[in-house]
Amino acid sequence: MSNAASTTDAAPKRDWVTHAVLLLGVVVFALPIWIVLMGSTHDSATIGRGEVPLLPGPHALENYATAWSGTRDRIGAQSMMLNSMVMALAIALGKIAITIVSAFAVVFFRFPGRQLAFWAIFITLMLPVEVRIFPTFKVISDLGMVNTMGGLIIPVIASATATLLFRQFFMTIPDEFVEAAKIDGAGPMRFFWDVVVPLSRTNMAALFVILFVYGWNQYLWPLLVATDAEVETVVIGMVKMIGSEANTEWNLVMATCVLALLPPVAVVMLMQRWFVRGLTETEK
Amino acid sequence: MSCCGTSSARTGPERARGVERKVVFRQRWLPYALLAPQLLITIVFFFWPAAQAVWFAFLRQDAFGIRTTFVGFENFTDLFADPLYLEVVRNTAVFCTGVTILSLGVALLLAALADQQIRAATAYRTLLIWPYAIAPAVAAVLWIFLFHPQIGLIGRALNAAGIAWDYKLNGNQAMLLVILASAWKQVSYNFIFFLAGLQSIPKSVLEAAAIDGARPMRRFWTIIFPLLSPTTFFLIVVNLVYAFFDTFGVIDALTKGGPAKATETLIYRAYVDGRVNLDLGSSSAQSVVLMIIVMMLTMVQFRYVERRVHY
Amino acid sequence: MQRRTLLAGTAAISLTTPGLTRAQARTEIQFWHALPGALGEFVNQQVKRFNDSQATVTVTPSFKGSYTDNMTQAIAAWRAGNPPHIVQVFEVGTATMMAAGPAIRPVHQLLAESGVTLDPKRYLAGVRGYYSDTQGRLISMPHNSSSAIMWLNLDAFEKAGLPTNELPRTWSQIRSAAEKIKAANAAPAAMTTSWPTWVQFEQMAAIHDVPFATKANGFEGMDAELRIDAPFFRKHAEFLLALQKDGLFRYGGRDNAADALFPNGEAAIAFMSSAARARVEREAKFKWASVPLPYHDDVTQSPKNGVLGGASLWVLTARSRTPAEYRGIAEFFRFISDVDQDLWWHKATGYVPLTVAAYEKARAEGFYTQNPGADAAIRQLSRAEPTPNSMGFRLGGMIEIRNIIQEELEKAFQGQQSAAQLLENAQRRGNVVLRNFERANRA
Repeated sequence: MSNAASTTDAAPKRDWVTHAVLLLGVVVFALPIWIVLMGSTHDSATIGRGEVPLLPGPHALENYATAWSGTRDRIGAQSMMLNSMVMALAIALGKIAITIVSAFAVVFFRFPGRQLAFWAIFITLMLPVEVRIFPTFKVISDLGMVNTMGGLIIPVIASATATLLFRQFFMTIPDEFVEAAKIDGAGPMRFFWDVVVPLSRTNMAALFVILFVYGWNQYLWPLLVATDAEVETVVIGMVKMIGSEANTEWNLVMATCVLALLPPVAVVMLMQRWFVRGLTETEK
Repeated sequence: MSCCGTSSARTGPERARGVERKVVFRQRWLPYALLAPQLLITIVFFFWPAAQAVWFAFLRQDAFGIRTTFVGFENFTDLFADPLYLEVVRNTAVFCTGVTILSLGVALLLAALADQQIRAATAYRTLLIWPYAIAPAVAAVLWIFLFHPQIGLIGRALNAAGIAWDYKLNGNQAMLLVILASAWKQVSYNFIFFLAGLQSIPKSVLEAAAIDGARPMRRFWTIIFPLLSPTTFFLIVVNLVYAFFDTFGVIDALTKGGPAKATETLIYRAYVDGRVNLDLGSSSAQSVVLMIIVMMLTMVQFRYVERRVHY
Repeated sequence: MQRRTLLAGTAAISLTTPGLTRAQARTEIQFWHALPGALGEFVNQQVKRFNDSQATVTVTPSFKGSYTDNMTQAIAAWRAGNPPHIVQVFEVGTATMMAAGPAIRPVHQLLAESGVTLDPKRYLAGVRGYYSDTQGRLISMPHNSSSAIMWLNLDAFEKAGLPTNELPRTWSQIRSAAEKIKAANAAPAAMTTSWPTWVQFEQMAAIHDVPFATKANGFEGMDAELRIDAPFFRKHAEFLLALQKDGLFRYGGRDNAADALFPNGEAAIAFMSSAARARVEREAKFKWASVPLPYHDDVTQSPKNGVLGGASLWVLTARSRTPAEYRGIAEFFRFISDVDQDLWWHKATGYVPLTVAAYEKARAEGFYTQNPGADAAIRQLSRAEPTPNSMGFRLGGMIEIRNIIQEELEKAFQGQQSAAQLLENAQRRGNVVLRNFERANRA
């Protein structure tokens, strides 16, 4: 690790400026969250009047309780969070599971159609869900999977990026490992579980963060496919709460907003090291 | 979704061309079984719908799909002859450029500064990393609470200071706001890469330059920036793709393409035409245009990012 | 599972005891609607009343989101071969649904086949006309209808020195009232409007017996063309722009974004749906009145009926439909058209009564003396026999056209174009939408 500033001209004054700018950056980034956090502790009338508070207010508990369990008009964040959680976990874990075995197959075997399979997977990089959205909806509709968790999860669960990531990593596994396994009489699946998976832990962790965030934050696809209240995700539910601004209860929207960003932020912060490592070290 | 750095670049065509493992397994059916889930989903939910999108682009049909006529390229010619569509193209270009430049610029500045504080760098990274986790739509809602003309902190302040701030009525303000909200979210992702890139620059090179008497700013532009160029280039492509697609949520939450189509991007218009206006032909034609753009961006990424320009 | 056992059981019983009437499993009808919150509750109650009133049919309501979502999903379900029996579609979707050909079962045909008689004349003229074909036969079933009316803040009127027993009826009277309100600073904004296109274009066209589009606003054919680039609309658009320039009118946003401005006292005069009544009752902290929309008395002395908003019920076909199911739907329609059911619906939801009989019964009960202004929409809807210009709108892509007009209006409000340019652009762009619809739906 090097340091872009040479030691010969580091001065305390410049340090101070650097820190100041960085802290300013941190504050600017934190400001929206702070406002929303504070706003969620006040009542609807205060916010509606425009008295945007910078300090906490007295209504935190009741706002969050209402947002969590819902009102007569709206289902609560509780069920929406659950939907989002199931969806994000299923997408993250599902993608990892499906792509790791695909990459394993493509790298460690020889079979007819291997290159074709690889290219087929590779091409899907160019087909994000947004460009095939209505026909995909029709397929889901034909299968009767609209407004089901399956319909939410399955179309986004095959990812080329993860496959490519695993593939690259697998290419770096030394031949000796494979030879040793063969000599021991171990079959490919035994090799997979005993050698490949443990080695891939960092990659899997990094991917988990990325895919969990991706899954949790899905917008366009759930917008089409999950309109029933039972399968609504919290990100979409929150935007729908804004609706026509005439009736919006801003304090509840803010509370839901905070709830909506907690899980992915928690995942990123807690798994930060692996996440960053997974993203950037693959450059090496 | 290109999330992970140049890993993708190196595993693309170059890798496939010749570098393969020497020691492999030779089972017959096992690899097919392993590939089956992904391939099945890929065929059913990627290729089949994509093919349909392309096919629909050449049809004109009513909302119920009862009357369909093959119209050749008419949907496409209608699109490109429509001045409003061209305006949407322009909006998208402005939007994507704005988001990319803003988020890259801010991220580079912060990363360069953080890099100078070797101990605190990780702390700053922790403090700046979390916007990555926020959904674009959520980010948009956060910014509503800052800039709403009636309930937003800054929005009210602007109006009180005499500036007529209302992004629901003023197209330029709306565009500015969606750019801000989108860029804000991306800075942390770019920051991670820039910081890692800066930290991987060999110390010796910089010290040599310093000894030669080069001032910090000059060192930055003549040495550091070129060494960062693969990272920068990669990030440009990633940010462009992000601005193209992932920002749908931002626009839907903030402006819904308004006012008067001022913030309507290509992806948003394709959605509205298909969903609200029930015009599947035009929407599919627009999807095809988007597909082509993505393909070009992806190819650029693989072709050029691969060739890392060092000295 | 239970039902199958029950069926098997009853089948067994009826086979072994031929004297007993065969007990039928109830026919199930799926009903998709778009009414949220309290209104959705009333739908549930309405359906429950029907289910409890007889033993052969069970209607199951499902809330599917906004009107747009509901319609899109119903269409997608139809394409997948599995549509609901009844779908609630807003009035602007009428043209799309009517052009659907074999996908829908016109109501008059459904009723005839099921042996249920419902005379179209039992429905209010304005309500009936919108959903009938040119021969006066019902294509969809009216369900929840409203109209746009004018809401006045009487406290602000008093403060401005305006009489509250003699309320303004013409646009010139409104203008002078607004001027007095502004002079006396009786409210932050003198007036605003919700649903800019519905109120200021569609309603005004109908009331002044001016065509919005050719072919009787699309009733007579899909080759209709917009006619908003015309003297009347120019007069009214210039009137609105002048109001805004003089600080008498505040633009509150699209669709019903401006709904908040009247009940919270910001605008003294507002043009909103009659369905806003419940909200105004709950939130307004001042005396108010609701009356029919104003008109230009230099254009007409006898304003025609206003047009309605809201939604109607459409019957979707499917290969699996049985005659029993169609009969069940017809029974449901008969039920909601019954005087007492209609009266209950009207009083509970604030939507106008569907039938003349319910309206008269409410009047006889004194409902409108106890709730003054609750009949403003009805009076406006039924004050004249509909002309080709006031029967309603049957234009394809109406949602898109409304958005186009709103966009051009916004540009004019921002001072970027004149009334003439606004209308010219809106008409040109709107006609493109109409032609696309026509081409897509030509058999």
